[in-house]
Amino acid sequence: MSLEFSEKAKKKIAEIVARYPQKEAALLPVLHVTQREFGFISAVQEKMVARVLGIKPIRVRELVTFYTMLSRQSLGKYHIQVCTNLSCSLLGAGNFVDYLVEKLGIKPGETTPDKKFTLSTVECLGACERAPCMMINFNYYGDMDPKKVDEILDGLK
Amino acid sequence: MKEKVLTEHFGLENLYKIDVYQKQGGYRATEKALKKMKPEEILDEVKKANLRGRGGAGFPAGVKWSFVPDTDKPKYLCVNADEGEPGTFKDRYIMSHNPHMLLEGIIITSFCVGIHVAFIYIRGEYEAIALRLEQAISEAYAKGFLGKNILESGFDLDVFVHRGAGAYICGEETALLESLEGKRGNPRLKPPFPASVGLWQCPTVINNVETISNISHIILNGAEWFVKKGLPKDGGTRIFSVSGMVKNPGIYELPLGTSLKDIIFKHAGGMKGGKKLKAVIPGGMSAPILTADEINIKMDFDSLVEANSMLGSAAIIVIDDKTSILDVLKVVTKFYSHESCGQCTPCRIGNSWINKIVKRIADGKGKKEDIDSILRLASNIEGNTLCPLGDAAAMPILSITKKFRKELESHL
Repeated sequence: MSLEFSEKAKKKIAEIVARYPQKEAALLPVLHVTQREFGFISAVQEKMVARVLGIKPIRVRELVTFYTMLSRQSLGKYHIQVCTNLSCSLLGAGNFVDYLVEKLGIKPGETTPDKKFTLSTVECLGACERAPCMMINFNYYGDMDPKKVDEILDGLK
Repeated sequence: MKEKVLTEHFGLENLYKIDVYQKQGGYRATEKALKKMKPEEILDEVKKANLRGRGGAGFPAGVKWSFVPDTDKPKYLCVNADEGEPGTFKDRYIMSHNPHMLLEGIIITSFCVGIHVAFIYIRGEYEAIALRLEQAISEAYAKGFLGKNILESGFDLDVFVHRGAGAYICGEETALLESLEGKRGNPRLKPPFPASVGLWQCPTVINNVETISNISHIILNGAEWFVKKGLPKDGGTRIFSVSGMVKNPGIYELPLGTSLKDIIFKHAGGMKGGKKLKAVIPGGMSAPILTADEINIKMDFDSLVEANSMLGSAAIIVIDDKTSILDVLKVVTKFYSHESCGQCTPCRIGNSWINKIVKRIADGKGKKEDIDSILRLASNIEGNTLCPLGDAAAMPILSITKKFRKELESHL
């Protein structure tokens, strides 16, 4: 794995930094770019980001350990995030998670051995009208049931 | 009189594109405001419209703007698009269907307050919507509605989209500011309020997406028209997010003061699968719960306060009689213990203790004194934290535990 940002990422970071009167404000957006680039943010990436923004690495870690979308571990190619908040729970999110646990053979928070899927349970995704709902990477899926999720997961290469 | 204001054209294909939006009269309000109105006239109109904040607190938008002091410092607008209150999804609809309506509101608000940089702070999960907003922003620049010397009025404005990364607390306005500055979302002590000391210590207006989206309509049609759409002290419509055990979950834009019973049984088609109503959360998860016999109530800020609940984000979660209230309490307490930022001890420790007790009861290991412990712990959070998350947790926990005490005790 390269320990440099790609040219594309560097360009994006410069663009982001230019928006703010203070460089530090670019930290969260730059971490989104970093996660997209490397798949996760470990101590190595923390240092890279700190260097780019001229801040201490601890400032980066403060954010990585606070915001749930930032991951310190590598995730599967497809990150399945199932909402288990109230509206989704009322409409069967619990059973739906059980189904995925059985189908994938992993518990929430785990990744399949082939690194294809990571399963997570998350708080409200803001798609309660389509409960139970989930995200795979950044795509939303609603009105989930075992049959639908089978079709969706089988379609992922 | 047409009922809908914000969602009127939502059915239209490609409304999110500027050409389609302009064909529906889009950006006429911006032209009127920037070419024919003075900032003080706009402020006066918004104040008279009694537009109250749609994020949850219900603070009058015009009054908030008027708190911004006259200063040489830069001023900022932050649009709160964090939409994390469980049950709420209305802002997602506004931003994905009609991003230019939001942009118009941003332009007019900024012109009124003397702001030249605005940020839309959007929750990280809404990536596709953030991209749509960025697209809309570049369309607006291309047509001269953003950038330098907008419509030759001499007014400059830049708008940026800033994505969060998964933290309920960042919907709280001062946590949002911290997050935007590149820090953890730990709320600030108030006062000073953001209107005087906000982003980078500068005066900052923070309004919810739906609040700002009403501005262009107020400018075009006038305050009097807007008040007539709702109630004298609570102007306009409200977009209700309805979810849970109803036949037709979704968004419903209705006048403020519409009855909760009608929203559930008329507009959302009644209960799903012939189930019976058990309880309703009327204003996002943080609002105190209402039992089935308490739903003959008008949905506006003041009526819900009278009923010891709150309108909050106007998200209605419908719970059926087959659902165990213990399961509801488990979800609620898990959420707040997870989302507490950890800054204030009563919230950090209290919520995690309550969640442990509720889990213990659910595991069949509850003790006789557990219900009273939940009530005591929640009461110790209420009023004892820097930000409203503490109260937001205590309110549903206290109301659920008190109103359904018998059912909870049956699990002990």
